[in-house]
Amino acid sequence: MTITLNGESREIPQTLTLANLVDSLGMKPDRVAIERNRKLAPRTTWAEVTLQPGDQLELVHFVGGGSQ
Amino acid sequence: MTTATSASGSAATATLNNEEVLRYSRHLIMPEVGMEGQLKLKAAKVLCIGAGGLGSPLALYLAAAGVGTLGMVDFDVVDYSNLQRQILHHTPDVGRKKLDSAGDKLLAMNPFLHLKKYDTMLTSANALDLFKEYDIVADGTDNFATRYLVNDACVLSGKPNVYASIFRFEGQASVFGTKDGPCYRCLYPEPPPPGLVPSCAEGGVLGILPGLLGVIQATEVIKLILNGETKDSLIGRLLLVDAFAMKFRELKLRKNSECPVCGTHPTVTGLIDYNEFCGIRGEEKPMSALVGGMPEMEVTELKRRVDAKEDLFVLDVREPHEYQICNLHGHLIPLGEIEKRAGELDPAREMVVHCKAGVRSAKAIAALQQLGFTGKLHNLKGGIMAWADQVDPTMPKY
Repeated sequence: MTITLNGESREIPQTLTLANLVDSLGMKPDRVAIERNRKLAPRTTWAEVTLQPGDQLELVHFVGGGSQ
Repeated sequence: MTTATSASGSAATATLNNEEVLRYSRHLIMPEVGMEGQLKLKAAKVLCIGAGGLGSPLALYLAAAGVGTLGMVDFDVVDYSNLQRQILHHTPDVGRKKLDSAGDKLLAMNPFLHLKKYDTMLTSANALDLFKEYDIVADGTDNFATRYLVNDACVLSGKPNVYASIFRFEGQASVFGTKDGPCYRCLYPEPPPPGLVPSCAEGGVLGILPGLLGVIQATEVIKLILNGETKDSLIGRLLLVDAFAMKFRELKLRKNSECPVCGTHPTVTGLIDYNEFCGIRGEEKPMSALVGGMPEMEVTELKRRVDAKEDLFVLDVREPHEYQICNLHGHLIPLGEIEKRAGELDPAREMVVHCKAGVRSAKAIAALQQLGFTGKLHNLKGGIMAWADQVDPTMPKY
């Protein structure tokens, strides 16, 4: 099925959870936040939330730098 | 002398003299600013955390725009490596306090500015008192402990937190901590594991990037002053900037009712120990324990042994682009590849391992010991930067 990830469409297997998705992207769960269909998905729900066709996901990771 | 006065609002007592009218004339003829808006800017008090990469464009544009009172918090001095991006500071300023260097430029740009300099680190002990004096706080700090501190102090004192952060070619910006909007913790409830999200000092940053993001912060500060907390501000939106592809994305953020600081039942009702919260102590312990159980070699000792042509293998665990800047002719295996490429090394041979300052090399030694290396492994104390300081002053530092 097709989802939209960071604005680009992507084919994924049917039964992927958000946790699976983060894992398959090679990202570390403790360093990212996910928005699913314009709502922030709390990390505690990632293992239960199964992706649906047409889901719009935005993944964002910590950026640390600043002033000094 | 004629003076212009605002019709109403909190800025009613402020006026502009003729010189100010001329200075701000391009604002005054804009319907979105006008005299009323310019007087709001003059009455506004903005606190910038940091006079560095983000703080430079932020403070310069706020001062130029006519923000009346600007507070700056910084305890650092200007370093040569700052000049590539921290445009408040010029080459002759190297070695000066950033606040003094910043103050000269800002007051030269706009002598009407009321500048308050705070030569201190922002801490849980002083943040709330400092923030009390200001309308808006702009956060351009370079570490997670201070970021969470700024966030919590803003929420607790009811001040908007105009946020940006940067790394290499990417940046993020938002407005947190407004009355109805989300805060930094609604997005990132917990800090990342210590040491795993690299800072600009470790990973680098494109020089113009803080300019881009700092100017976005300045724009949001000005809009908050002119219009208050409206839907046109970055409240509830995280702007993601990819300067390499020159693409802007945004994430819609919502206030999290379970947020520990701004939710309906907050558990953080006062400032905490943010170093502990971000695991900084937790990180230092294992690392110092690691280094403690590991033989260290002084750079002067390495120099002596190299000059004496003793059999000692030098392993450099930095990245190839760091090797290009300066090196000790060591064998290069970046820390991230050490396990995969350990076969290139003789596990029984005596080795000195180095990186830039000594932390990555300690990790590499721990990894090699795990792999069963039996030869004596020394960690070069202070890394190649100590070599540049103590042995070879002609070596470039970075």
